[in-house]
Amino acid sequence: MSDIPKADELFKSIDYNPPLTGWMETPVDFSPGHWCYPAKPEKIAYMDKKLPGLWGEPRQWVPSDVDWKLPANWKETVVNGFRERLKKFRSLQLFMDICVRCGACADKCHYFIGSGDPKNMPVLRAELMRSVYRGEFTVAGKILSKFTGSRVMEEDVLKEWFIYFYQCTQCRRCSLFCPYGIDTAEMTMMARELMHLVGLNTNWIMEPVSNCNITGNHLGIQPHAFKDIVDFMVDDIEEVTGRRVKAPLNEKGHEILFITPSGDVFADPGIYTFMGYLLLFDYLDLDYTLSTYASEGGNFGSFTNNESMKKLNAKMYAEAERLGCKWILGGECGHMWRVIHQYMDTMNGDTQWSGMTTPKSPITGTVFNTAAATKMLHITEFTADLIKHNKLKLDPSRNDHLRVTFHDSCNPARGMGLLEEPRYVLKHVCNNFFEMPPATIREQTFCCAGGSGLNTDEIMEIRLRGGLPRGNALRYVQEQHGVNLMACICAIDRATLIPLADYWAPGVTISGTHELVANALVLEEGEVRTMDMRQEPLPGFEDEDDDWTPPTKEDA
Amino acid sequence: MNALYSLLFVFLLVLIPLFGVDAAHMRTFFGVCIPTTAFIIFIIGFVYKVVTWGRSAVPFRIPTTGGQFQSFDPELFKQNKLDCPQTGAQTFFRMVLEVFAFRSLFRNTQVSLHQGKDHPVVAYKSSKWLWLFAITFHYSFFIIALRHLRLFLEPIPFLPVGAIEFVDGILQIGAPVMYLSDAGLVAGVLLLLGRRLVLPRINYISYVSDYFPLLLILSVALSGIYMRYYAKVDIIAIKELTMGLVTFHYVVPESISASFFVHVFLVSTLMAYFPFSKLMHMPGVFLSPTRNLPNDSRAKHHVNPWNDPNIKAHAYADYEKEFGVPMAEAGLPLDNPENGVPKDEAEA
Ligand code: SF4
Ligand code: SF4
Repeated sequence: MSDIPKADELFKSIDYNPPLTGWMETPVDFSPGHWCYPAKPEKIAYMDKKLPGLWGEPRQWVPSDVDWKLPANWKETVVNGFRERLKKFRSLQLFMDICVRCGACADKCHYFIGSGDPKNMPVLRAELMRSVYRGEFTVAGKILSKFTGSRVMEEDVLKEWFIYFYQCTQCRRCSLFCPYGIDTAEMTMMARELMHLVGLNTNWIMEPVSNCNITGNHLGIQPHAFKDIVDFMVDDIEEVTGRRVKAPLNEKGHEILFITPSGDVFADPGIYTFMGYLLLFDYLDLDYTLSTYASEGGNFGSFTNNESMKKLNAKMYAEAERLGCKWILGGECGHMWRVIHQYMDTMNGDTQWSGMTTPKSPITGTVFNTAAATKMLHITEFTADLIKHNKLKLDPSRNDHLRVTFHDSCNPARGMGLLEEPRYVLKHVCNNFFEMPPATIREQTFCCAGGSGLNTDEIMEIRLRGGLPRGNALRYVQEQHGVNLMACICAIDRATLIPLADYWAPGVTISGTHELVANALVLEEGEVRTMDMRQEPLPGFEDEDDDWTPPTKEDA
Repeated sequence: MNALYSLLFVFLLVLIPLFGVDAAHMRTFFGVCIPTTAFIIFIIGFVYKVVTWGRSAVPFRIPTTGGQFQSFDPELFKQNKLDCPQTGAQTFFRMVLEVFAFRSLFRNTQVSLHQGKDHPVVAYKSSKWLWLFAITFHYSFFIIALRHLRLFLEPIPFLPVGAIEFVDGILQIGAPVMYLSDAGLVAGVLLLLGRRLVLPRINYISYVSDYFPLLLILSVALSGIYMRYYAKVDIIAIKELTMGLVTFHYVVPESISASFFVHVFLVSTLMAYFPFSKLMHMPGVFLSPTRNLPNDSRAKHHVNPWNDPNIKAHAYADYEKEFGVPMAEAGLPLDNPENGVPKDEAEA
């Protein structure tokens, strides 16, 4: 990270004026830092066994090399795959035809805002694909190529795709502003499917996909290790609250199966959110189980192709059936919820077992008809309902040292419409809540710049650039209201927003919403807590040790 | 450069009928053959394209949601029925506003960077220019098209044609009465064109195929205006011709002047060009899957026509076979206790 410019310098380097050369003539920068590492061959080989024909030949290759070792028939494969998808997705066919290049989407993309690179304007990103569509599939494009901005599929074109379609987080902000709802995220998904066919992929996506298939979660945590981690968290919860919570794993015969992204199990600060879930469920004496086999809600398959998305998602219903659960409760995750909300029932609904029922809160009796088909409920819906029915005793003053804002994750915001529930929960568990500027939240929210499998360190500068809009909005509330914590409902956010905040708004920490719920939850009458879920002392309970300063060099 | 090419094209298009109609027998060609052929190309091309779209599957419901969805508690969390519709009726209204009011475009913002006191500031402000230009342009075009119906209908219905003419000419400027829509169309085109020429980013993404339709429509408008206000063409004769076209009794009266043929030729070009161009956004906007679908796929079952039932989750049985031993050691329950026995022990 040492060669990344300081925030001020980076900001000054942004220039919104396009270069003098036309976009087709402007060369693409393939130097390291502009791309994520390609997948390890064994990951591809494994997935090719499971879903044959979708991944190309496993091989070692480097984007900065001239030779990408493409298969001999790569062009045919890509063009035929393109043709096939035009029939399978009306969105693709239509979006290829109807863009008028009005440019309304141009400055809506966080990557453009932070980089000024015209190929990061959604309209031009999609043109990378449309130009090929016109050149290969339309009469006008074939004869009048120069006038219609058409070109045929060539190696350089494919390489350009690799850079720019792995520089789109599928956040759909552009789609909100387009007069025809053209969704560049949808085209990114298609372009990635095509690139996978000829083995252009990234390890940060493929390794999670193959891990998820083998072990049940992205990180490749094996079942016994998963149990260790959960036990560890149970200990930590006891340390904080004095309560030893139950954490049922792989147990049959419970009503509810709980699934959250594995980021919550593995990494800071997600684990505090996970502890929040555990504490809440124990408090409610909820009849539920966790599963090591379905230990991942996130779906990196959706960043590769439809087939993998379906396969990884199918595990949730399979496990509900095996364990005899009636419905599924889902944790805080962005793209996991887009998959659940928009795709899950359509692609896997017919594999639901007969015992599944529309989610019904056993505590309040509320029936969640909004989830009647998928049988899967978002945790903030569940908790908001509890709060509304006064089923939780909360002491929001335990979060008084926090001044909180909320980051809407793109997927729940623009692919679902889940905006108010998390805010409702937050406002009940903390006293100081502040919104960022309206143009940066709710449906207009800005991406964390690490979604869709881009949250890897080798493209840190790109991420930080893409993080400018979010970071700047955060900086604003930090100055205006002294905000020192940004809550979110996404595990990728919890990972990517940390470097983003450190860079653009130093001093702000990141958390999930259920971490704050756990802080505020009063387990029994008169309970006194001296520390929060992170085991940091609450105000008034700092012990003397905290004033300990390291001995100076001279003393040593 | 792209704009110049387009301008050149349009000039050529004007010249063709200007020279063409002078040869007497070409009058039928330009008055009947060209417009009829262009109309046929337009209809067939248009239908073909829409059918192509229609045949392409809509496997998933992927509406872009722009507000709160219908929650389990609609009172506590008020649904944004227009931007996050869940029923057919709500979706219909979303589309109506999209088509008639360009609602998404109305939301447009503009980003700018500033150097704040001690740190950078990214600012967003509402930017409704494009919306204004586009709506002026489209409504003017629409009204003019409707007005032209009087040339093809006998008797002329008051609604909508007569009424539109009345409102359109309400300012009563000059004689013949000036139509607001004529001014609107020219202004709209010029503004959209100016935007493409002046804004560096928009200029960067503009092809010939972006300038050409604008200039073509401008030339159509100008030739029409010229005919009506300056050349004062023989409108009765023109109606004879147009009625002939729709009733298949072709007549090309002698009193029609060349400017009419220029106008008709340009309109014909526009019609023939339409199905092959981005102008197809007109029918396309109705079909956009991110806008015209209700956001209800968690509540209702939908069918993906090409869903592959053979794709199944990695089987739990295999998972347990692979991890059974450490699972047993960790005290996790097993479906098949044999999986928990280490290999060598099992063999022994
Ligand atoms: S806003 Fe839509 S129509 Fe306009 S340039 Fe962007 S994608 Fe094309
Ligand atoms: S989906 Fe998001 S990241 Fe991708 S082009 Fe649109 S705004 Fe940019």
